Amino acid sequence: MIRLLWRDITLAFRSGGGFGLGLGFFLILVTLVPFGVGPDGEMLSAIAPGILWVGALLACLLSLDRIFALDFEDGSLDLLATAPIPLEGVVAMKALAHWITTGLPLVLAAPALGFLLHLDSAAYRWLIVTLLIGTPALSFIGSFGAALTVGLKRGGLLMSLLVLPLYIPTLIFGAEVVRRGAGGFLVATPLAMQAGITLGAIALLPFAAAAAIRVALR
Amino acid sequence: MAINWNAFWEWANPRKFMRWTDRALPLISVLAAVIFVSGLVWGFFFTPDDYRQGSTVKIFYIHVPSAMMAINIWAMMLVASLIWIVRRHHVSALAAKSAAAIGMTMTLIALITGAVWGKPMWGTYWEWDPRLTSFLILLLFYIGYMALWEAIDNPDTAADLTSVLCLVGSVFAILSRYAVLFWNQGLHQGASLSLDAAENVDDVYWYPALVAIAGFILLFVSLVLLRTRTEIRARRLHALEMRERVKDA
Repeated sequence: MIRLLWRDITLAFRSGGGFGLGLGFFLILVTLVPFGVGPDGEMLSAIAPGILWVGALLACLLSLDRIFALDFEDGSLDLLATAPIPLEGVVAMKALAHWITTGLPLVLAAPALGFLLHLDSAAYRWLIVTLLIGTPALSFIGSFGAALTVGLKRGGLLMSLLVLPLYIPTLIFGAEVVRRGAGGFLVATPLAMQAGITLGAIALLPFAAAAAIRVALR
Repeated sequence: MAINWNAFWEWANPRKFMRWTDRALPLISVLAAVIFVSGLVWGFFFTPDDYRQGSTVKIFYIHVPSAMMAINIWAMMLVASLIWIVRRHHVSALAAKSAAAIGMTMTLIALITGAVWGKPMWGTYWEWDPRLTSFLILLLFYIGYMALWEAIDNPDTAADLTSVLCLVGSVFAILSRYAVLFWNQGLHQGASLSLDAAENVDDVYWYPALVAIAGFILLFVSLVLLRTRTEIRARRLHALEMRERVKDA
């Protein structure tokens, strides 16, 4: 399983795009927002938590179809499905690899982009914490969406339609934590809720995703 | 009470399903039409105007039943999906598929009638209120579910994948419901109808509302049976065409 994780990470690095693409997209999105709403600092700092979370969400979505699609096309997914490790484990490792190559860089880059959006200084800590807790849920929910659409010819758009509604709770609690952090309020409740969603997603969704992949490979 | 469950499941045999729905559907349809129309006519013409809301209160007879149906149809799809996953009855999967479009329409009706009512009453067509937002999210779930059905050619694969989506989607729909409640306080009033009489609407509105709800339920049942029959016929037609193609080759 560890080897599978390494394989996916190195593939993501070497094939190019997977790693940098999400970050670049995140940067562009954050750059576009001031053009859209105007350069007013106060307004930007008011909407910064939401923009950063939505940006992270979309950047995460962008690379989801790579989780299974490439392996499905060249047949390695069939091999992985017949491998001695359970398919649920394969799915979990692939989701983890996706998080390391997409979610983690987003977490690290977010403070710099928060700076661009005049994010309130009290909120940086919570931005990092909440992204760190929330982005694994994005990867695991996304792996389920990717598994549902893996065999389809034009699955990309459909996958965003399926995955984005599932992201809503994570987004709500994530942005809420940052907003509360900026205002100096207590953040424990939304943070705990978000951690719950993440843990639940990690525990349960690999089973659903593996079931979907078995159907697609049938 | 001893129930013969095997006999129960036999109703799901496609041929038997076609036979009994062939006889039952006209009956249910007529009953649905009568109750639906009488509920709405009673509600629209034979109830007094509310002293504060005026005649806009009458949109209630469409709004509340459609909103109830929007949620309950998803629950029915969940049950049908579970039956498909566990027992692999094709009729069950097709019924879930047929119900989705009706459920989406009900959600849209609830949203639109709510907006029409909201403009004079709240002064806005749309507000990011928990209930309104939850329905918008429910609409997204319906759209995604239907899009997944459309996207997959093999009917069995489609039934499997949409069933899994329905299960996971249900969990996330409930999760979203409470997350949204957390996110914003509401403008929408509490439930107008409940079995607890203390906080219920007046009987003058309550009885026609019950009739309207029964009408909506029957309408849904007749539509879902009709659409499931269509799906079964489409499946048979497809099988026949395949057979012809094999014969020609």
